[in-house]
Amino acid sequence: MSSIFCEASKYLMIIFFALYTWECFSVFKRKTKEHQNTIFRRQILLLFLLHLNGYMVLFDQTENPKIFIFYGAQAVFFIIVISSYKLLYEKSAQLLVNNMCMLMAIGFMIISRLSYEKSIKQFTIAVGSMILALGIPFLIQKISFIRKLTWLYAGAGLLALAVVAAIGAASYGAKISFSIAGVTIQPSEFVKIIFVFFVAGMLYQKRGFKQVAITTAVAAAHVIILVVSKDLGGALIFFVVYLVMLYVATGNPFYFIGGLGSGCVAAMIAYRLFSHVRVRVVAWQDPLSVIEKEGYQICQSLFAIGTGGWFGTGLNQGMPEKIPKVEQDVVFSAISEELGGIFALCLIMVCMSCFLMFLNIAMQLKDRFYKLVALGLGTTYGFQVFLTIGGVIKFIPSTGVTLPLVSYGGSSLLSTIIIFAIIQGFYILREREGKEHGYKTAKNNPKEK
Amino acid sequence: MDIKPQKTTPKKSNPSVNNREFAVITYCFIGLFLCMMGYFAYFQVVKSEDFINNPYNTRQENFEKSVVRGKILSAQGEALAETKLNEQGEETRVYPYGNLFSHIIGYSSKAHGRSGVESWANFNLLRSNAFFLEKTVNKVTEEKSIGDNVVTTLDYTLQHAAYQALGSYQGAIVVMEPSTGRILAMVSKPDFDPNTIDADWDRIVADENEESLLLNRASSGLYPPGSTFKIVTALEFIRENPSGYADYNYHCSGSIQKDSSKLSCYSGEVHGGVDLRRSFVKSCNTSFANIGLSLNGDHFADTCKQLLFNQNLPVEKLDTSKSSFVLNGKSSTSEIMETSIGQGKTLVTPLHMLMITSAVANNGVLMKPHVIDFTENHDGGTVKTYAPSAYGNLMTEEEAAILQDYMKETADSGTASKLSGMSYQAYGKTGSAEFGTNKGDSHAWFTGYAHRDDKEDIAISVIVEKAGNGSAYAVPAAKQVFDAYFQ
Repeated sequence: MSSIFCEASKYLMIIFFALYTWECFSVFKRKTKEHQNTIFRRQILLLFLLHLNGYMVLFDQTENPKIFIFYGAQAVFFIIVISSYKLLYEKSAQLLVNNMCMLMAIGFMIISRLSYEKSIKQFTIAVGSMILALGIPFLIQKISFIRKLTWLYAGAGLLALAVVAAIGAASYGAKISFSIAGVTIQPSEFVKIIFVFFVAGMLYQKRGFKQVAITTAVAAAHVIILVVSKDLGGALIFFVVYLVMLYVATGNPFYFIGGLGSGCVAAMIAYRLFSHVRVRVVAWQDPLSVIEKEGYQICQSLFAIGTGGWFGTGLNQGMPEKIPKVEQDVVFSAISEELGGIFALCLIMVCMSCFLMFLNIAMQLKDRFYKLVALGLGTTYGFQVFLTIGGVIKFIPSTGVTLPLVSYGGSSLLSTIIIFAIIQGFYILREREGKEHGYKTAKNNPKEK
Repeated sequence: MDIKPQKTTPKKSNPSVNNREFAVITYCFIGLFLCMMGYFAYFQVVKSEDFINNPYNTRQENFEKSVVRGKILSAQGEALAETKLNEQGEETRVYPYGNLFSHIIGYSSKAHGRSGVESWANFNLLRSNAFFLEKTVNKVTEEKSIGDNVVTTLDYTLQHAAYQALGSYQGAIVVMEPSTGRILAMVSKPDFDPNTIDADWDRIVADENEESLLLNRASSGLYPPGSTFKIVTALEFIRENPSGYADYNYHCSGSIQKDSSKLSCYSGEVHGGVDLRRSFVKSCNTSFANIGLSLNGDHFADTCKQLLFNQNLPVEKLDTSKSSFVLNGKSSTSEIMETSIGQGKTLVTPLHMLMITSAVANNGVLMKPHVIDFTENHDGGTVKTYAPSAYGNLMTEEEAAILQDYMKETADSGTASKLSGMSYQAYGKTGSAEFGTNKGDSHAWFTGYAHRDDKEDIAISVIVEKAGNGSAYAVPAAKQVFDAYFQ
């Protein structure tokens, strides 16, 4: 019996997730609130079905009764998250809440399958982070001085990065984390957020050459510290986020193209200067030739993806544990191996729908500061997804970043939940604004807030 | 993308904010994501095979638990390797033809790993593309599914003929279709019985130092090419003298001396006045040494590079050795003379020699040699076809035509004249490759091809170790294979 169930579940889970993904995009075509609400309800149902099915397979495979209790705790958690957003923030973006829960659910499932202990840890952090983040949308509306702390953001960010570079423990050649009382913290995950606030604070009013030059210098300092501490993925994210924000703030495509050009030159120089950059490029071009050392992780990742094929091996039927650091940077490959290539493609699309939603919200905002922050956070999220997935499928050289909300790792999880909460706050703000404008601006020009 | 258009104010309500940049960024990212998804699909469909077949992929062993290893079949459908189940359900890998296909098909053993097609197609054999309902039923009943069959390009008749032709000698014969790159036969001796590989292992490994039983001499054995290399020297001479090569003239007195180096024709023959064609047909060493002294060493090295020396051969799924050619502009006189006639430091594999010959036969174009034709599920439904593909030109069509003419004459009236007067037209070049320090110890070589209008051409390389000269030992072996093919 159990094998019929596992075999059927394999396909069922793909169907659930494919339908969910379809709804992520079909919601944009539906114009009426009722239609959209129906879709959101269906998504929630699919989320719970997928989650339940996944844990039933895991229970069937491991026969560990704790799995079932753990499942129950997670289900309650998702119910509370979804309903508290509904209760506290009537105007919240339901699609973002759904996607956030879906990505976390997939993360919990795959991490449970890889390491039960780690999944408990991950779940605990998720609960803590959600409680912390639940107040953020409220704070966004009440606190207006966040735009005035520009230099505090830069100072704190640079200090944190420099401290990590100086004292951080070496983890796989990159100094990106340090431990306090047994908890490993990766500050660059949080510096990403305040960096976006810094750039937005600098550029939302003044956009003269001098202002741009100062901002660029500070942004470059961030990037250089990260390169020196060998966090290439982090450096790349900061770089791209800054370019995008600069381009949108100034409306000057020259900055964007020129920035990309100088980025390419810098990459060439880094390639010649640093052996750890060259190693990544070789491992990307021909991983099989260096399979014993530098190419080992990427080869194992591709073995996993290839062996899993389109339909996957089924949860707990593959060998994702062969991939080094699988539950962190390479979690996408574990998902692709066991849940299948179709599932993995859907996962990319769900991440894309989050990004589109972020940018959509940014576009609708009228306050320039908020607009730039939303854009910056959206770009951070989107580009990070691109880097991690592109890296593990050998589309681009691997840079060792996590897949937001899915990968194991407290700092990454907390910072992403904060990003989602900030965007959620902006959305609620916009909905309010929209309504006020609806009443007040019939004759007047809209004023900046 | 607006979720609630009725309630928000029109987009360009704030003049200081232009949403055009947002659209640019959005489209850029959508583009990136779509490219990434496209690559993922491309990887799954096209590239994944290269990776999952890698021996480092330990997932293959997992498949053995749920799939009965498929068969390896000849082009005509004979089973060359199959898994038999006894009443207790225990699996044994059976090779019905024993030693006949030992190197090319290889072995698959729990204790000693895999070789040959068993290794290269391991993943194909362990994958079941049976009808999905059947597989689902098997999963449910916890029965093993039947793995896919791998259909090779090997021809039993030719393999058998080549095996017989080599007799009790050590050496190798490899046969291929120049127009497609299909390997029709590949024999290497001494051989082993893959059925008893586990029992014989200790003996095989103990003998390994002396006889190298496990080495596939056809694809990995490195030999001095002897006079077969004159094909390359002649090609280089034609390239350096495109208008004057036909006017070349030399008087062979049986030996040639330059500086302190001396070189003689085979068994003291004297060829008298020869042009390039006759030097080739009679395999005149002194004339070729003379030609070699006139050549530009660096240019010669370029030609050899184009002919795939000192690099991995473009062969699908076969392990091959790199041939070596070390001449350059600074080489010594004796080295140039030796190299021009295929002695010196030059080493080739029989497969490489076959590829050069095939390119000559195919008007300069080399087709990539391959031994796996397609895979099918156990019901005979095709799963994946490995279509013939061209590597490119090794030489121009004109150069190939000149060499074709020389090789034809060699088979008609020269050193390979045992092939004359048959129902097919043969082309070829013989060789006697000296090795070791004893003067006169030599391997017999033949490389050539045969044509008859009603069939595809076939090309062959033969090396008979320690047999003597090519005319006497390698040509008759090639003849037996040609006869078997054209009978």
